[in-house]
Amino acid sequence: MTLPILFFYFIAALLVLASLVVVFKRNVVHNAIALVAALFLIAILFFTLHAPMVGVLQVLVYAGAIMVLFLFVIMFLNPTALERPRALGWGFGTVLASLLAGLLMAVMNHSETPADPLVATEIFGSPETLAKSLFTEFVLPFEIASVLLLVAIVGAVVLAKREH
Amino acid sequence: MALVPLNYYLILSAVIFSIGVIGVLVRRNLIVVLMSIELMLNAVNLTFIAFSRYLGAMAGQVTVFFVMAVAAAEAVIGLAIIISVFRHRQSLDPQEMQLLKW
Repeated sequence: MTLPILFFYFIAALLVLASLVVVFKRNVVHNAIALVAALFLIAILFFTLHAPMVGVLQVLVYAGAIMVLFLFVIMFLNPTALERPRALGWGFGTVLASLLAGLLMAVMNHSETPADPLVATEIFGSPETLAKSLFTEFVLPFEIASVLLLVAIVGAVVLAKREH
Repeated sequence: MALVPLNYYLILSAVIFSIGVIGVLVRRNLIVVLMSIELMLNAVNLTFIAFSRYLGAMAGQVTVFFVMAVAAAEAVIGLAIIISVFRHRQSLDPQEMQLLKW
């Protein structure tokens, strides 16, 4: 049991705990705060996997922007006052999801995966290499993503606008 | 540093994904359903980054970049739809939205 594996277990346990709080707590604000914690922990895992740029983006975009949006909507709608007691399908849903988890784990455990990682160079995952492949190999998807974001902005304005 | 086997990351993301599936199936609050979808997307992102590290390919990280852009668009549109649904029905319960149910 080496130090990186112990660190991974620590982060993984916290991550599973935060995800359970996201799903099973009844208070919506607690759900959102737990989701922020889970996104931070995933960003830490990204850093350990030589993806610092994506980790920084995870914190900025996900834990920052998207979660602030969620909290704003929770603040506007105040849904805690309207929460119903509970759904009928808790047992059914949990059993179904456990089956899915077992299936996924079985497939992933038996798939052929490289045991040792390739030796990472210093620049692997740096902003420079990410930008280089983004603007050469993946330049068309990049432009399509910008159009998608524009459509999302227009769609959000149209949807949330008050009708007269 | 990366002495953790790849399978550990894959199993962790399978667990997180399944927890997100539970949230989508059983919660009766649209905002929490959307949060569970974000959790599922992040579990998949973790798989992409782990494979990118272990196969030495940058394409995985670029894909995560695009998934983040799509997730941002999805959250914005989803929350706008939730707001307008709440205005019409004063409810966030997905079980009550059955106008198209046969």
